[in-house]
Amino acid sequence: MSENLEPNVVAFLCNWCSYAGADLAGTSRIEYPPNLNVIRVMCSGRVNPLFVVNALQQGADGVLISGCHPGDCHYMEGNFYARRRFSVMKELLEYVGVDARRFNMSWVSASEGAKWKEVVSGVVDKAKEAGPFTEFRRNKIDW
Amino acid sequence: MNNKPKIGVYVCHCGVNISKTVDVNELTEYAKQLPYVEVARDYSYMCSDPGQLLIKEDIKKNGLNRVVVAACSPRMHELTFRRALAGAGLNPYYLEIANIREQCSWVHKDKSEGTAKAKKLVSAAVAKARLLEPLQEKEVSVEPATLIIGGGIAGIQAALDIAGAGFKVYLVEKTPSIGGKMSQLDKTFPTLDCSACILTPKMVDVASHPNIELMTYSQVEKISGYVGNFNVEVRKKARFVDFEKCTGCGVCAEECRLAGRVPSEFNMELGNRSAVYLPFPQAVPAKYTIDPQRCLMLTRGKCGKSPKCADACAPGAIDFEQKDEIKEFKVGTVIVATGFDVFDAARKPEYGYSDYDNVLTGLEMERLISASGPTGGKIVLGKGEGEVIPRDIAFIKCVGSRDKSTGNEYCSRVCCMYTAKLAHLVKEKIPEANVKVYYMDVRAFGKGFEEFYDRVRREGVRYIRGNPSEIFKRNGKLVIKVENTLNSTPLEDEVDMVVLAVGLEPRKDAREVIDLLRLSQSSDRFFLEAHPKLAPVDTATEGVFLAGCAQGPKDIPDTVAQAKGAASSALVLMASGKVKVHAQISFVNEATCRGCGYCVEICPYTAVELVTVNKMGNEVLVARVNEALCKGCGACAAGCLSGSIQQKSFMDSQILQQIAVLGGK
Repeated sequence: MSENLEPNVVAFLCNWCSYAGADLAGTSRIEYPPNLNVIRVMCSGRVNPLFVVNALQQGADGVLISGCHPGDCHYMEGNFYARRRFSVMKELLEYVGVDARRFNMSWVSASEGAKWKEVVSGVVDKAKEAGPFTEFRRNKIDW
Repeated sequence: MNNKPKIGVYVCHCGVNISKTVDVNELTEYAKQLPYVEVARDYSYMCSDPGQLLIKEDIKKNGLNRVVVAACSPRMHELTFRRALAGAGLNPYYLEIANIREQCSWVHKDKSEGTAKAKKLVSAAVAKARLLEPLQEKEVSVEPATLIIGGGIAGIQAALDIAGAGFKVYLVEKTPSIGGKMSQLDKTFPTLDCSACILTPKMVDVASHPNIELMTYSQVEKISGYVGNFNVEVRKKARFVDFEKCTGCGVCAEECRLAGRVPSEFNMELGNRSAVYLPFPQAVPAKYTIDPQRCLMLTRGKCGKSPKCADACAPGAIDFEQKDEIKEFKVGTVIVATGFDVFDAARKPEYGYSDYDNVLTGLEMERLISASGPTGGKIVLGKGEGEVIPRDIAFIKCVGSRDKSTGNEYCSRVCCMYTAKLAHLVKEKIPEANVKVYYMDVRAFGKGFEEFYDRVRREGVRYIRGNPSEIFKRNGKLVIKVENTLNSTPLEDEVDMVVLAVGLEPRKDAREVIDLLRLSQSSDRFFLEAHPKLAPVDTATEGVFLAGCAQGPKDIPDTVAQAKGAASSALVLMASGKVKVHAQISFVNEATCRGCGYCVEICPYTAVELVTVNKMGNEVLVARVNEALCKGCGACAAGCLSGSIQQKSFMDSQILQQIAVLGGK
């Protein structure tokens, strides 16, 4: 495994809890690794499993999906859909040979700025351990 | 409009908040060379008026048709910049924000790392902005009427406020009379107002108000529709007494063969009523109801030779053939004021509530003390010859509250003060009584509460800090086993009577209301408000508001305040007559939709339905989004197999652009 000091992680955050939690981490000036880039969606239920595959294909070394705590979804059940879809997705990715450490899911509420740092550090560390992801790479296409 | 993207990128310094960690000049230069970027500028405070003016002028001068602002979180200033776009005549949804403050400059220290990340974020925003589409905020009209579920003090207050403002109110109450739990109370803390004296005038106002349609002994069966346009079905249960003919004289109840033999719910089953009954003397409406579970005619089809109530009723109001009625109407807003249940003391078997007659709950004590109660206001134990006045009376607080073993971790907020009030009333009626209160903490937090608690202690009520472990009988007396935790002394106190200060619980039938309105519950199982601080009367369902203890335990002043809040929230919608619906909602590409219905099943708001359309001469099913119901979560878009249902501003094509930039190295 080659040395990979700077993994690249794509994160999908729900607007109401995790994105707000990440904002709170900023407001509280909690420092964390810069290797994770956020895409804001209204609900973790919006995240299509294909987004995960696509991120890996584009060159991401890890993916994170984060939503409200189960039961706290702003849209009542969106995070339940996310949880169910991605427990299936995770098995599929492992089956096709993707390191399970590349794929993460977390629940971070709007008040958990400190937890957000823990999550980011954990996800980045795991992606580091897993090394650069090269298997799915495809040529960049213009959507 | 020429839709070739012309993007303007605006980088904010935010004083030094951003520029300290992100090289804004380098970022701006970088932005300039991104595809479709026409101009890129930086400014110290983009959200300020001059900052916004910069954007507006560029839109007009350079014909920009997309704007990317690299600044603070979109949760902060998205609206500000949307307004700026609209001010310059551009659709406000042609805006994308790159969050380079909360999620970049504030969380990283190294300037080169910060700048590199900011470049990525801006690049992703530009990539998405290219594909943004203009959106329209639609308006729907609001029916000028409110449905209020629950006729306790919360429902009564909300009904009077809304009706007073000139809007129609349908007040639906499950039991035969409005008044709720407050009508069962004797006095109210801390001012000792007589509960009935302050409540009954409001009840009468409700019944006589021309704008209020009161439906007692009724239940909401079905609610469909969306904010501003709810269709409601209410079942008016058969009273078996003609509502118009009944004069409320009460002769039927006197004549009933079961007179004095049916336990009265109003008196907490300490007293009895007839099978045909008025729940309590001041009940509104003052119309009798026949209890279908008790009445001999209705249960056995026979009551002596002929039912005595019907024989005695001069206006001939008794009608055993009466059937339930279904009433349908339309409202614009809904207020849920369904109240609470008191904790069932039998669930704490160590206190012997099920075993000993002289262990009562607070609400039972309330009825015993009340002049309209079963003993006419005398505090006595036993009946008839065996009647005795208790001398030693103990109160135990926090029964079923702040207690993990019962599943109720919350404080019920009223027990401390109603205990103090009942203790005071006991001292007033039996001055020589020894009154002790066993407590964990005394929470006297409201206006006048601490003063009242002080007064009660001065009157000789003894407060002992300790949570009793057991109550048992010895020599005809109740023994309370407890440790006084202030001086670590184990005690076995003998008393004649124990009053358990039972807490408040969510109603057992709360599930029915949840299913009707798709409400959520918080961890304490009360109904969940939209935001605990900033939207305490709203729910996740727009146009549906909460009032009173249905949302959480409350005393009467807080309940009334919240009811007024819910009423004013409902009035905001109805007074304007129109409500804006979300713009970033889902839409269906009917050309590719195959009508499988996955999205219909996924949608938590029943906003998607299948409709038949004519596609090139064939009748086929396709999904269609009800724009007023859709909240824009996007769950349907993630579930669609063909990508036919998409969420505006969060379309697959747009998000894939962001992924391509952020995922790439």
